[in-house]
Amino acid sequence: MREITLSQAVNEALAEEMRRDPTTFIIGEDVAEAGTPFKVLSGLVEEFGTSRVIDTPISEPGFVGIGVGAALTGARPIVDLMFGDFIYLVMDQLCNQAAKQHYMSGGKLSVPMVLRTNLGATRRSGAQHSQSLQALVAHIPGIKVALPSSAYEAKGLMKTAIRDNNPVVIIEDKLMYQDKAPVPEEEYLIPFGEANIKREGSDITLIGTSSMVQVAEAAAKILEAEGISAEVIDPRTIVPLDEDTLLKSVRKTSRAIVIDEGHQNYGITGEIASRLNEKAFYYLDAPVLRMGAMDVPVPFSPVLEDLTVPTPERVAENARRLCAGEMIHAA
Amino acid sequence: MTSKTKTRTRTKTASSLSKEEHLRMYTQMVRIRTFEDNANQLYLAGKMQGLTHMYSGEEAVAVGICEALTDSDRITSTHRGHGHCVAKGANYKEMFCELLGKQEGYCRGKGGSMHIADQSHGNLGANAIVGGSMGIATGSALRAKLLGQDDVTVCFFGDGATAQGLLYEVMNMAALWKLPVIFACENNGYSEYTKTEEIAAGSITARAEAFGIEAFQIDGQDVLAVNELSKKLVARCRDGDGPFFLELMTYRYHGHHVGDINREYYRSKKEEADWKENRDPIIRFRSWLVEQGIAKEDEIEALNAQIKQDAKEAVAYAEAAAYPGLEEVDMHVYAETDPATLQAGK
Ligand SMILES: Cc1ncc(C[n+]2csc(CCOP(=O)(O)OP(=O)(O)O)c2C)c(N)n1
Repeated sequence: MREITLSQAVNEALAEEMRRDPTTFIIGEDVAEAGTPFKVLSGLVEEFGTSRVIDTPISEPGFVGIGVGAALTGARPIVDLMFGDFIYLVMDQLCNQAAKQHYMSGGKLSVPMVLRTNLGATRRSGAQHSQSLQALVAHIPGIKVALPSSAYEAKGLMKTAIRDNNPVVIIEDKLMYQDKAPVPEEEYLIPFGEANIKREGSDITLIGTSSMVQVAEAAAKILEAEGISAEVIDPRTIVPLDEDTLLKSVRKTSRAIVIDEGHQNYGITGEIASRLNEKAFYYLDAPVLRMGAMDVPVPFSPVLEDLTVPTPERVAENARRLCAGEMIHAA
Repeated sequence: MTSKTKTRTRTKTASSLSKEEHLRMYTQMVRIRTFEDNANQLYLAGKMQGLTHMYSGEEAVAVGICEALTDSDRITSTHRGHGHCVAKGANYKEMFCELLGKQEGYCRGKGGSMHIADQSHGNLGANAIVGGSMGIATGSALRAKLLGQDDVTVCFFGDGATAQGLLYEVMNMAALWKLPVIFACENNGYSEYTKTEEIAAGSITARAEAFGIEAFQIDGQDVLAVNELSKKLVARCRDGDGPFFLELMTYRYHGHHVGDINREYYRSKKEEADWKENRDPIIRFRSWLVEQGIAKEDEIEALNAQIKQDAKEAVAYAEAAAYPGLEEVDMHVYAETDPATLQAGK
């Protein structure tokens, strides 16, 4: 199968969906001729013109609000938020305006809007361009949250996000834009709420999201050499969450580590871990362990920054200790 | 006020509207006032819970503007939104049901006073975040332009909302992209318990003009003046001449919300009486209708009585109506997506 980059995969998904549905359009900062600072959208303006690939002023609440209004009245906007860190600026539009319309109107109004943005530290971008804020939006009922872990997921999840009738926040790992993965030429969509078992195993389940799927897979390789068989699962969407697949795995392996690049406190890892503890408690041989990013603002200094994110070595170390029956307190 | 801003107060003479159109405007204003009188009573009698904000006194604004719109034109509304909802064509029955949290309400009782929406008449909903719907209105206008639809969107908001940064972000984009949106600022002199001059520096219309948006300050107690100007601006919006900005000078008769009873620390009874006695939009329009020979006193009295009766029946209906079933509590969190559309090749 051909291999393309995550960036190309997103670009293809957008182009295909924009050809398919004339009510779709892209709106955001420097999305047209510049194709975003990450060049993910290059070429789209040439095909779809500036009326459907719309450059905005630097007004995040404004253009997200505009997306909500367009979606409420019959269009399918794809709103581009240049950095995930800017989610804070658009919280009212996303969480008070978009997320609640369907419910508040008793099901009469809906907001089929995609907000695409990114996450990820270790790019030496400092504390305001490195955050992974999926927990913030996943907390709010009415929003779906997709976290693609490779080019394949990035394409399939984006296409589903655009066709979904709800506000969907899709967060790409900005360090992965140039990473290649096999992506079929034929059209495909990845349904929401279907986890992907990346690797089967029997001793421990490693649940990783987005950037942390690679980390979990690398950890599984390390463990394999030591005779520990790790199952790696990528939930792909955290809202909705495929609990069944996760529970089935944990009931089989009886141990689990949940790994996500968002801060550990009050985060995605805690949410998934407590669901497993509540629903698979009697199958567990050890408490489910959380591994999120450290609870510090992301430092610039490379030696410090690298400490803040889970690594394959640290995941493997924790897995080893869990399998040896040691009690570990989450960091 | 800068020189570009045109202040409009209609000289009360001829109007090109038919008798029917005149009476409809009158009726809609009285329907709003009557709705609010009943809502206020429901609240005071302890039959209605929560927060609600009365529109009484501002009727000419909503009616003057909404009578210039069709059902396919959209509006966004505010926490003080009952007037916009009635003016855009909503029925009493579904509105009272919504205020009481009943299943037959416009939003199945899940929205309530501050989130009432009536998409069948293009009302995209009230909003409990001050200024929260400015992006929505502008986005609706962008959708119209992109999809080649000729509807216009009116964004209602208060003078207090002009302090929200969102307004300046979306006015900038609306002006850059020439969107068919009318920003309608209802300046009732107060933002909660604070006078507008204490929260708004300079001129409100000049802010719109800074973006190159044509702005008008207008007497919001004069329904004909509001309607006449709105019609022109709506037509110009349809021709691609938008956006526009209106500052409508008006007054709210009640407190900021229904519980705001003792108000003298921020506005005097004398001031309230002056607006009610000398500038009431309904009294003014009614006497003009009679003066012009468009309607007779007894005709008007009959209209008023009919509206009162309609409200009474709708209130009784709503009081007796059923609450939503408890299974509704987690319905409508997410919209359904037809699984067939999620297939490749579809
Ligand atoms: C973002 C936000 N801040 C504060 C409030 C509380 N609040 C509700 S209404 C209001 C005053 C609004 O004044 P204005 O926009 O002039 O509208 P009016 O009530 O006069 O119609 C305030 C401060 C709110 N709902 N939302």
